[in-house]
Amino acid sequence: MSGESAGGTLKVEVDRTRCIGLGLCEAASPKHFEVGEDGKLIILQSIVDSGSSGDLAEVEEAVASCPTSALRFVR
Amino acid sequence: MTEVDARSAPAPDENSPGESRPEGDPPSVKRLVIVGASLAGMKAVEGARKSGYAGEIVLIGDEHHFPYDRPPLSKRFLDDERDVPYFREHTSYVEDLDATLLLGSPAIALRPAEKAVIVDGRAVHYDALVIATGASPRTMPQWAGMQGVVTLRRFADAVTIRGALDAQKNVTIIGAGFIGAEIASAARKSGCTVTIVEATETPLARAVGPEMGILLSKMHEKYGTALYCGVTVASVNGGESGDKVQSVELSDGRVIPTDLLLVSIGASPATEWLRDSGIELTPDGGIVCDASLQTSLPGVYAAGDVVHWPNAIMDTTMRLEHWTSANEQGALAGKNAAGVADRAVYETVPYFWSDWYGNRIQFVGVAGTITPHVVSGSVESDKFVALYQLGDRVVGALTVNEPSRIMKERRRISQRTSWQDALDVYAAADAARAGAVAADAIVAG
Repeated sequence: MSGESAGGTLKVEVDRTRCIGLGLCEAASPKHFEVGEDGKLIILQSIVDSGSSGDLAEVEEAVASCPTSALRFVR
Repeated sequence: MTEVDARSAPAPDENSPGESRPEGDPPSVKRLVIVGASLAGMKAVEGARKSGYAGEIVLIGDEHHFPYDRPPLSKRFLDDERDVPYFREHTSYVEDLDATLLLGSPAIALRPAEKAVIVDGRAVHYDALVIATGASPRTMPQWAGMQGVVTLRRFADAVTIRGALDAQKNVTIIGAGFIGAEIASAARKSGCTVTIVEATETPLARAVGPEMGILLSKMHEKYGTALYCGVTVASVNGGESGDKVQSVELSDGRVIPTDLLLVSIGASPATEWLRDSGIELTPDGGIVCDASLQTSLPGVYAAGDVVHWPNAIMDTTMRLEHWTSANEQGALAGKNAAGVADRAVYETVPYFWSDWYGNRIQFVGVAGTITPHVVSGSVESDKFVALYQLGDRVVGALTVNEPSRIMKERRRISQRTSWQDALDVYAAADAARAGAVAADAIVAG
């Protein structure tokens, strides 16, 4: 992974040691997250558009709603 | 203390989320006080700061611990976790949130006329207040003082329970609710002999409806936990000293050897301290709130297990004791009370989860007394989806070991999906599967 990504581009990543697949992130942002058949979280889209599309707000909500604090933003 | 009177603030219009504050009602909160330092209280601090509030924040908690997470106490902590599950670094409350914490300090009274909370014999004044004192577990006072009798709410209780589990003792649990079931599950995993005693014939009836409650409870027998329904504990044998549990006698005469007696018979809103405040309470002790989580006292908001509010998306007034709602209500009440941002209203499709013997149970919406329809899988296989109908609408969904389905059901409930459309999703999936099987048969043939 390049640390030189363009300013403003955010990625969301999951800590697999914490995630237990409760799905609140999927409720907040089904575009980015889905719990699979096996109960493991699938990140459908890790790049978060922090522009005016409103994407950032729902992913922020997903991160804040996680009961096991398994999601975080990385640059 | 400030001279500004928040009473002039108008009641929010429940039908217009995000209503802006009228002109001439400038932010007037200089000190926000939050009573209750658990999930909802901690989120209220965060919610106020996130909304841009720059005034003083005082967080009052009755426990000496910094805010910590409670679900792990009946889950991870009984398994492999050993530390207090704190939400945040201790230093971050001052450094990042600029909050003052008064811990080990139970609030004993609210005096709205003086805009003050009484703590440690002194008055802490507020301009805006968030009440997030949660729920207290019901106890059985006649046995509460005996060694080996425990009720789970706090970290110290979980330490006691884990000690018994580690020693593989005989564990008897009064109450077949979710907490009781989770602890039974952990105790079986530790090799304990486990008995659950449930006073009603229908465990979990309020949570998932009577039929599914009975059905889920069959899991106990399957994993080696004895479950007796329709009986109560008649007496507790405290041995020679009389104060250390040896066995319990049930109302049907059965005697169960017992080292640890866990009382998990539900919880009541921790609002006794508000009795003389004039705040409006429901008969069960919940705090009557409007859709913005403001109580009957202007400038006083509530969050978490204490809140009784009109939940527009479910067309009903309710009180929840769920992690998810405490998390969301805390943030919203903090923001609304701080008075900087536009006032928001709270509505949610309730969600809870519980893990029993390695099985994931999830529920969204409301169950009432509705008889649900199993639309996928079978109850015998411990892998199914059941939907609850009210009028022409799907209002609830229970899944067992179907983790990918539950949030899709939650979305359909929040979108007020019709009952027929909800069923059609599964009919279509069945048809597709049948088609695939037929195609395989043709290829194989």
